[in-house]
Amino acid sequence: MSDITKQTLTDLVKNIKEKKLSSEEITKDFILRSEKSNKLNSYITNDFNNALLKAKKFDQKPNFNLKLPGIPIAVKDLFCTKDVKTTAGSKILNNFVPTYESTVTQNIWNEGGILLGKLNCDEFAMGSSNETSFFGNVQNPIDKNLVPGGSSGGSASAVCAQLTPITIGTDTGGSIRQPASFTGIVGLKPTYGSCSRYGIVAFASSLDQAGPMAQNVKDCALLQEIITSHDVKDSTSIDFKRALYSKELNKNIKGKKIGIPKEYRVDGMPKEIEELWEKGIEYVKDCGAEVINISLPHTSYALPTYYIVAPAEASSNLARYDGVKYGFRAKGENLIDMYEKTRSEGFGAEVQRRIMIGTYVLSSGYYDAYYLKAQKVRKLIKNDFDEAYKKVDAILTPSTPSSAFKIGEKKDDPVSMYLNDIFTVPVNLAGLPGISIPAGHDSKGYPLGLQIIGKAFDEQNILNIAYAMEDKINFKNNINDWWIK
Amino acid sequence: MTIDLKTIKHIAKLSRISVTEEKAKKLEGDLKSIFDFIAKLNELKTDKIAPLTSIAETTLKLRQDEIKSKNIREQIVKNSPEKNEDYFVVPKVIE
Repeated sequence: MSDITKQTLTDLVKNIKEKKLSSEEITKDFILRSEKSNKLNSYITNDFNNALLKAKKFDQKPNFNLKLPGIPIAVKDLFCTKDVKTTAGSKILNNFVPTYESTVTQNIWNEGGILLGKLNCDEFAMGSSNETSFFGNVQNPIDKNLVPGGSSGGSASAVCAQLTPITIGTDTGGSIRQPASFTGIVGLKPTYGSCSRYGIVAFASSLDQAGPMAQNVKDCALLQEIITSHDVKDSTSIDFKRALYSKELNKNIKGKKIGIPKEYRVDGMPKEIEELWEKGIEYVKDCGAEVINISLPHTSYALPTYYIVAPAEASSNLARYDGVKYGFRAKGENLIDMYEKTRSEGFGAEVQRRIMIGTYVLSSGYYDAYYLKAQKVRKLIKNDFDEAYKKVDAILTPSTPSSAFKIGEKKDDPVSMYLNDIFTVPVNLAGLPGISIPAGHDSKGYPLGLQIIGKAFDEQNILNIAYAMEDKINFKNNINDWWIK
Repeated sequence: MTIDLKTIKHIAKLSRISVTEEKAKKLEGDLKSIFDFIAKLNELKTDKIAPLTSIAETTLKLRQDEIKSKNIREQIVKNSPEKNEDYFVVPKVIE
């Protein structure tokens, strides 16, 4: 087997532009490796035949001015792709073939990217282990029977196993950063409003953001530069001056002020995470940055707030699945019976749980006690960050409170599963950008990540800090291809 | 604000999700533990705090009311589980 799939996105683009590799050669190798990797269950749907045709077409008339010239890319199955089945990991969308394309994926194809296939995820992006997918568990390439994290678990697994050079996920409470951390890759959740939500299957609309997942910071910066755009089709898309993130990427973070929030030292956090964080602090100091202790006093209220706001918005968004307009329909004695059976058989347990929580907190008599209360606390959480950013340029924290866990370990305890996102959720609630970079291994050899949180629209700054740290950390993923015989 | 079986069945009805007795019992346990977790918010006094209504802090823009997609009738019904020409078909509603 060639080493094509081992190359970074940046190298593949360079090799194509220098005509050392063709799009067809690259696409063939990623398809071959993906086909040998069925055991990982990273894909829900492949589009390999079309990908090869598109690659051949590209080679016949190549345009080397594009940023992703003939590069094959698999994407999370939460992005609507025209004429290619889009399931959101759910039985209820098992037969859904969109007639339109999401803006984010369109931006990728406009720059020459070629769709390889659709990657597994937790059902409607609700989960932290990929175990809620109707299409089954995804294996973490790091070790057998280990979760890849979630909800963008298939995406993380596919980048880690080199089934795609790069990918996109979505992040509502940590769904890009947590799986990136569990698989030793880089994942960026952009500022709310940076990437269009048009054509992304909606979960919680005030929190959802698409973002890149990559082998390294430079690749991540390049894809972010491509997917971010102001889009009139999404009324919450924001018109701001977007930087050419990959071009402006640099390691000079001298004099930057990095905040260390004391509230992120949570009870029961493994010593290894604490040590990793300390190491991270040393790295940024070595790069010439200044470290400042800060306080984000409402941190411990973020998860309870999230588990009101996100299910409330989900219950509203998922009301559209009624067995009439698209998707699965169960037989019923009358219209209401049909609705109830469709939703009961079409949604999995976690999705039903969240719809019910959301319905309850929005229901008459409970709105003030739950939803309104949560929106007030959300304001306090945002105020914490606003205060902190008067003193610092960015914030450094661990990405997750533990390394990847075994499949089945937390499945029956929703609250313990939710605690996975304790460090990532506040960032979504405040609408800020956050990046997770691989920073070390625990005693079992599993990857651990560090998170850098930025000011709104300050992606360039956190990418630069990540880029500088990456150099010092010099992380290597230990992949032995155990899933390939 | 206690969650019991009756509440669960009521929420299920509002959510248009059918539940068996067994499923309702399981949900009762799950939701109880989740709402115990959420109850932490009651520690905070928030009387004087204005709720966050938009994270993006932008106002919605006005735009021209123009028709941009024409003749998409076929696309709209394409994914319907049951259709009759240009119409969605549902179980009989009016006797």
